[in-house]
Amino acid sequence: MRYLPHTTQDIDDMLKVAGCKSLENLFDCIPDSLKTKEGIDIPQLSEWELDAHMDELASQNIACRDYKCFIGAGSYDHYIPAIIPYLISRSEFMTAYTPYQPEVSQGTLQGIYEFQTMVTELLGMDVATASHYDCGTALAEAALIALRKNRKANKIAVSSLVHPSHRQIITTYISPAGYEIVEIPATKEGLTDTAALAGMDDIAGIAVQSPNFFGNIEDLKAFKSIADEKNVLFITSFTEAIAYGFLKNPGSFGADLVAGEGQSLGIGKSFGGPGLGLLAGTGKQMRNLPGRFVGKTTDANGEEGFVLTLATREQHIRREKASSNICSNNGLNAMTAGIYLATVGKIGIREIARQNHDKAVYMKKSLVKAGFESAFDSPFFNEFVLKAPENFEAKRTALINDCCIFAGMKLEPFYPELKGHYLFCATEKASKKDIDHLVKEVQ
Amino acid sequence: MKEINDLILPDDVRYTKDHEWAKQDGDIVTIGVNDYAQDQLGEIVFVELPEVGDSFSAGDEFGSVESVKAVSEIYIPISGEVVEINEGLEDAPELVNGDCYKGGWLIKVKPDDPSEMDNLLDKPAYLDMLKG
Amino acid sequence: MNRQPGTSGLIFNEPLLWDKSRPGRCAVSLPTSDVERSDLDAALTGDAPDLPQLAELDVVRHYTRLSQWNFGVDSGMYPLGSCTMKYNPKTNEVQAARQGFAGAHPLAGDEFSQGALKLMYNLEQYLADITGFDAVTLQPAAGAHGELAGMLIIHAFHAKNGRQRSKIIIPDTAHGTNPASASLCGYESVNIKSGKNGILEPETVAAVMDEDCAGIMVTNPNTLGLFEANIKEIADIVHAKGGLVYGDGANMNAIMGVVKPGKIGVDVLHLNLHKTFSTPHGGGGPGSGPVAVVKALEPFLPIPRVQKDLDSYKFVTDRPDSIGRIHTFYGHFGIMVRAYSYILSMGGKGLLNASQLAVLNANYVKESLKGTLNLPYDMPCMHECVFNDKIQQEFHVSTMDMAKRLLDYGFHPPTVYFPLVVDAAFMVEPTETESKEAIDQFIDAVKAIAQEAGDNPEQLKKAPLLTKVTRLDEVTAARKPCLKG
Repeated sequence: MRYLPHTTQDIDDMLKVAGCKSLENLFDCIPDSLKTKEGIDIPQLSEWELDAHMDELASQNIACRDYKCFIGAGSYDHYIPAIIPYLISRSEFMTAYTPYQPEVSQGTLQGIYEFQTMVTELLGMDVATASHYDCGTALAEAALIALRKNRKANKIAVSSLVHPSHRQIITTYISPAGYEIVEIPATKEGLTDTAALAGMDDIAGIAVQSPNFFGNIEDLKAFKSIADEKNVLFITSFTEAIAYGFLKNPGSFGADLVAGEGQSLGIGKSFGGPGLGLLAGTGKQMRNLPGRFVGKTTDANGEEGFVLTLATREQHIRREKASSNICSNNGLNAMTAGIYLATVGKIGIREIARQNHDKAVYMKKSLVKAGFESAFDSPFFNEFVLKAPENFEAKRTALINDCCIFAGMKLEPFYPELKGHYLFCATEKASKKDIDHLVKEVQ
Repeated sequence: MKEINDLILPDDVRYTKDHEWAKQDGDIVTIGVNDYAQDQLGEIVFVELPEVGDSFSAGDEFGSVESVKAVSEIYIPISGEVVEINEGLEDAPELVNGDCYKGGWLIKVKPDDPSEMDNLLDKPAYLDMLKG
Repeated sequence: MNRQPGTSGLIFNEPLLWDKSRPGRCAVSLPTSDVERSDLDAALTGDAPDLPQLAELDVVRHYTRLSQWNFGVDSGMYPLGSCTMKYNPKTNEVQAARQGFAGAHPLAGDEFSQGALKLMYNLEQYLADITGFDAVTLQPAAGAHGELAGMLIIHAFHAKNGRQRSKIIIPDTAHGTNPASASLCGYESVNIKSGKNGILEPETVAAVMDEDCAGIMVTNPNTLGLFEANIKEIADIVHAKGGLVYGDGANMNAIMGVVKPGKIGVDVLHLNLHKTFSTPHGGGGPGSGPVAVVKALEPFLPIPRVQKDLDSYKFVTDRPDSIGRIHTFYGHFGIMVRAYSYILSMGGKGLLNASQLAVLNANYVKESLKGTLNLPYDMPCMHECVFNDKIQQEFHVSTMDMAKRLLDYGFHPPTVYFPLVVDAAFMVEPTETESKEAIDQFIDAVKAIAQEAGDNPEQLKKAPLLTKVTRLDEVTAARKPCLKG
C-alpha cells in the first residue's frame, strides 16, 4: 500500500527491537476473547479505480452539471476567486495541527489573528473567536452564554424567523440542562414581532436573525431597546455574511453577541459542510465566549508574534467547569474566509454585496411581473419569498431536470402556513440573462 | 517554587486550608490569596471576582484566579456580603503575585458573624498544616 | 545535528494585511452590473467594512509567506501523541473537490443528491463494520462534537427509560473534552484512578458504579497508549446497574481489524475522521466526529438519518426519540468524502496493516528511547508511548525544553504535559506512515538532545533557535489580550 513505507526487512528489524516475533504478537496485551475473528470486509481500490468510483458517485449529484442555483437558505452560491483554493491548498496550512507550538505555527496564528480582526470589522464587534463549526452551533453557544449568565430565567426568546435548523440545534444543546426556547412569532410583513416579544417575561436573552430566514432585514434597533428594558443579552445571527458589506452591522445596533455563517466567504457549498461558524461579542463578553482566540505578543527577543491565548476558558484546562466542550474548530475555513476578505477588500465586498441586492431586486420584480405574488413588502437583501402560481411545482422540477435551474425552495416543510410559497435567492453570479431565462420558463 | 520557610506569612492575618487570608479591620474583613497560593499558581493573568452586594457563606466559591494554563477557584473564609472589590486587579492582576497582602487584596466583606474569624488558622497552625 | 532535517533557511518577513493595504487596490475583478442599481433605506445600510485593500499578488505573497512559517505533516514528522498526525493522501483532496460534491447545495433535494446520500450511507456502513456497531451518524462536526452527541444519546436513553441519572464515571486518563461534554448534559463527573499498570481495574469501577450513574467514559486504547484489557468486565459491571459505556475512539488507529469496540461491551463510540481516517487537521479543523451505537441506541441518533430504499436513498427526520439536530445540514460532508476515499484506498486488510504498523512504530520508539528518557509504564504499548523528564531533571531540563529543542532538529514535538497521570509527560505517536529511517532520525535527535541536557542545558532552555520566532510571552498575551489589529 502506497501510504505504508515499511519493507519486509524494516518490519523484521523493528520487531526485533520491539521484542516481538510477528506483527500479530504486538497485540498480545489484548485478551484473545476481545479480538475480532471476522476482520473488516471492505474492498481495496487502486487510485484509478477510486477515481472511477468517485466520478460515478459525484455524477449522481445534479451539482456535477453547471447548474444555476437560485436557492440559499443557509448555503450560498458565490463566486470563489481562483487564488483562494490555490492558496488554501498549501499543505503547510492544510496538514498542520492546532497551533499549540507557536514557534512553528506563526502562519496559522497570524492568519487567524487577521481573520479575527476582519470579522470584528465586518460585524462591528470588539472580539471574534477563531471560529466554530457553523452558525447553528455558534448560535447555540451564544444562547448558553445568555442562559448561564441569567440565574433567574431558564428560557431564551428566539425569533421564529431564525433558520429552522438553528432553532433545532439550540433546543438540542440547551434542553438537557433544563432550558427552553420560546419562539417569537412573525408578523404579516415577514418580520419578527416586536410587540409579542415585549410581552414575554422571564427570558434570559433575545436571539434574532437578520437578514432573517425569509431574507427580510429586521429592525435590530427595536430589539436592542427591548433587550435593554428587560436587562437581557441581545444576540443576533445571520446566514449570509456578504450582507454586511452593504447593511449596517449588528455591532452598531448594540448586539452583545453575534453568531453567523461564513460559508459565503470563499467556501464551497459542499453539501452543507464544512462551513464556518462565526462568533463575536462585545469586550465585556470576551471571557464568556467559548472557542479559541489568537492574541498578539512578543517573543524572548522582542519580535512580534502570535499565540493561542485565554486558554483557561477551554475544556482541556477547566474540564467539567468549561462552558463548552469545543476543541477543534473550522480553522482551515477561517483561513479561507480570511483570504477571501483580503482578496475582495473594502471595495470588493461593497460592490459584491450591492450586486447581490440588485440582482435579487431585479429577479423579484421580474417574477412578480410573470405572475408570482410578493409575500412580503419588507426590505430584503438577496433572498425573498414569493407565492407561486398554481402549476409552478411541476415546472420547477422540470426546470431542474431539463435546464439545471434551481428555481426557489419550497417553504411549506418549514412553515406549514406558507403553502405554495417559495424562497428565492440571487447572488452576484446570477446574470440578467439567467434571470430572464428563468422568468421565461416559469411564465 | 518557594520553600516553606521562604513564604511570607504575616502574623496579623488569618488563613484557610485553601490558602486564602482574611484580615479584620473594624467591621470589615479584607480577603485575598496568600503567598503560598500565588507562588503555586505562577504568573497570574486574570482574577474573576464577584459583584458588590453578593452574599456568600463561609467556604463558598467566590471567584477564581488564573495563570496561563491553570485556574484555581477561591473560597470565602467567612460568611458575609461583598462591600468592595479590588478593581485595580482588572488591569494589573500581577499585583496578586507581587503584593498579595496589600495591593493584591481581592474583596472586602461585611461579615454576618465576625466570630467566624476564630475558626480560621493563625500563622503557626497554617504552617503546621503546610508541613503536614 | 548531522543529517537531521532541521536547518535555518531563508525566512521572509511579512507584515499584517493592513500594513500592506493601499486605498484603491482590489484583488477581485468585479463585473459591471447588468441590472439596475437598487438602494435600501439609509437607516439600514452602513459604511463598507474597512477591509484591507490589496492587489492579487499582494494576497498571494502574503499567504505564501505565512504558510512557510508553519510546520505540517508534509514538512516533517509530527509525532503528536493522541492526535494521529498521519499522512493526508492527496487523492482525497481531488475527490472532495469534484464539482458534483464541492458544488452540491444541501437543500437541492434527495432526488438530485443521490451521489452524496449514497456516499454517506456507504461510509456509515464501513464505519459500522470497522467498529463493530449497528448504526452510525456522520453529523457531528468534530471529535468533541461527537462526544457531545454521544452524551446526549446516553442522556436521552435514560430519560426514555423514565429515570434520569446525575453522574458519570471518568478515569484520570480521559481527554479533557470528556468531563466538559458530560457536564453539558448535566452529569457530574466521578473521577476514578487507573491501576498501577496504567489501566482500569474492574473493582475501582464497581466501587463507584450505582443506579445514579449514567455510565462510564473510557478511552481505549487509553491516553497512556495502553489497551484497557478489563473493558469487558467493566462493561458488565456498568450494564448490571443499568448504565452505558461510552468509548472515546480517538485512538482507534491502534486497533482497526484487531478489536471491534461494539463487540466487547462499548455502547456508544465516537471516531475522529481527522485522526484515524487521514483527513487533514487544517491547523485546527474542520474535522468530523461520527458516532457509532449499538442497536438499542439507534432511535436516539441525531436527525436527519440517511435511509436506503431499494436502490435509492433519502433523508428521514421522523424519529421521535432522536436527540434532535446538532448541525445546520448533515455534518462535514467534505471531510466525509476524504475519509471515504481513504477507507477505499486502504481496504479492510490495509486498515489492519495500518494499525499493525502504527503499533510497531510506537513500540520501536519506546524500546529505542527507553533509558534515554524515563518510561513510567514499561510495558507493551499500542500506537503511542509516554515518557517524561525524570532523568533530565538532574540538569534542570524539562520536557518543555526538550520539546522546543526538537523543533531545531526539524521535528514537531510530541504532545507534552498530557496525559495528566504522568508528570511532565512526553507522549509520542509516530503513526504508521512514518518510515523506519524517519523514525531513526527522530530517535537520534531525541538522544542528541538528552546529551545536550547534560552538556549544555542553557542552550536547551533558549530553544528553539532556528525558528521564525522563539519562545513567546504567553503571560502578557493573557494579561492584556490583544485579539485584533
